Amino acid sequence: MVKKVLAKSYVYIILFLMYLPVFLLIVFSFTDSDSVGIWNGFTFKLYGDLFQNKELMQAVLNTLLVAFVSAIISTIIGTLGAIGAYYSRKRARKFLEGITQLPIVNAEIVMALSLAVLFVALSIPFTFFILVVGHVVLTVAFVYLSVKPRLVQMDPNIYEAALDLGATPRNALYRVVIPEILPGIISGFMLSLTLSLDDFVITQYLKEPSFETISTYIQKILAKHPVPPEVRALTTFIFLIAVIVVIVNNLTAKKKQKSFKMQEGSK
Amino acid sequence: MRFRFQRKYLAIPYLVFFLLFIIVPVFLIIYYAFTDRATGLPSISNLVNFFSDRTNVDVLVISLVFAMATTLICLLIGYPIAYILADKKYNKNAVIVTLFIMPMWINFIIRTGATRDLLTWIGLGGGTHPVFATLVGLVYNYLPFTILPLYSTMLKMDRSLIDASYDLGANPFQTFTKVIIPLTKPGIISACTMVFMPTISSYVISDLLSEYNIVLFGSYIDLYFNQSNWNFGSFMALIMLLLVGLSVLLTRKFDKSEDVRTSLW
Repeated sequence: MVKKVLAKSYVYIILFLMYLPVFLLIVFSFTDSDSVGIWNGFTFKLYGDLFQNKELMQAVLNTLLVAFVSAIISTIIGTLGAIGAYYSRKRARKFLEGITQLPIVNAEIVMALSLAVLFVALSIPFTFFILVVGHVVLTVAFVYLSVKPRLVQMDPNIYEAALDLGATPRNALYRVVIPEILPGIISGFMLSLTLSLDDFVITQYLKEPSFETISTYIQKILAKHPVPPEVRALTTFIFLIAVIVVIVNNLTAKKKQKSFKMQEGSK
Repeated sequence: MRFRFQRKYLAIPYLVFFLLFIIVPVFLIIYYAFTDRATGLPSISNLVNFFSDRTNVDVLVISLVFAMATTLICLLIGYPIAYILADKKYNKNAVIVTLFIMPMWINFIIRTGATRDLLTWIGLGGGTHPVFATLVGLVYNYLPFTILPLYSTMLKMDRSLIDASYDLGANPFQTFTKVIIPLTKPGIISACTMVFMPTISSYVISDLLSEYNIVLFGSYIDLYFNQSNWNFGSFMALIMLLLVGLSVLLTRKFDKSEDVRTSLW
């Protein structure tokens, strides 16, 4: 009994410590002070300031834009890559699997630097498009890895059955294979979205000087100042979105598990 | 001859993208690393310069030490947590595991800034305690990456072996070192790679938390690159690449688990 209490309190203490910095930002987002630790009475003023801060709002917009565009491209290239690799001969498949590991294990700064060197060497200017390429480099391998297990689990006969029933290869792919692997595609998309939203290093190296995302905008300020007051208010929103996403994700995961169990049971 | 569609052709965009933006850039780094900056001719001057200056080697060693310390602290804190979370006796609720992942959803720069503000507030900031602040920042960021692989190995672990060990007369210490540790070895190794490799190259956390008092290898590469000394920067990036390759080789035969980041979804 004592052991159980000790074990539980250990887990909760560490959890508490992990959330402490973020909770502080949220608590102090309800007061008007220059930094965390100074309480000047309860007010929603920072939330007003947040939406007045044009640079920060632009950075939020830019972050979302880069993340969505690059996640869409990553999902398309990564999904097609996984399907193609699955139907390739063993040697080609092994090669594709091998190179897929590269961006996953590689240090982000090495990828960022090497891409920057490439574009400068080719004298390609750093535009929005180049930044998107950088984010696709960061995320595309994760889409591949999300889709691959779905393909492996898929019954290979259903594609053949579609062809036998008169579907063209393209139709069979759209109507049979894609729906079958859709959960993997969706989780790949969400994963690349998350990685891209969180990214700093690749963005820092490949962005136009005037283009700021949340990460680069705040990092620039943090070099000399504490977390800006408006960002504390922004953190509340990010935290709320995270909570919602995690809850929805958990609920759907439970549902999936249930239907999976039912399928297993019916066999 | 008419082009005939085959399903394997779908991988062509993926392959081309990788060749252009992942493989070619790596070769470019190798090319610059072994080219002299002034003459533009092939040379090993970057290599000689790097190893002849003590500061460079020191930065590399300090980074390795920080990476090892971070990995060790993460394991010490995370191992018991994973063990407790995976044990049905203590924890019936998988939601708590999700709670450990959730901080990863909050922007990395904001989290790091928040940690720094907290440490500064309680008087343990990077201005006065750079080593402590940097370690706190690194551990805070990488702890979830330690807990997850350990947790998934421990879920699969056959716990009756632990009871068997006690029944056969082993004491808790012996059971821990001779049964539990060997059973969780794959998780330990994958946790180590998940923390060690990103820590050597991470520079944002150490820059911000130590208030630029501690320079890790990543910041050093960043510094040279910003001074547009590509050749030297590339050589250091190559060292980083070799370290990554070495860790992959070392852990390859143990590490069968998926990347932790995929468990976000």
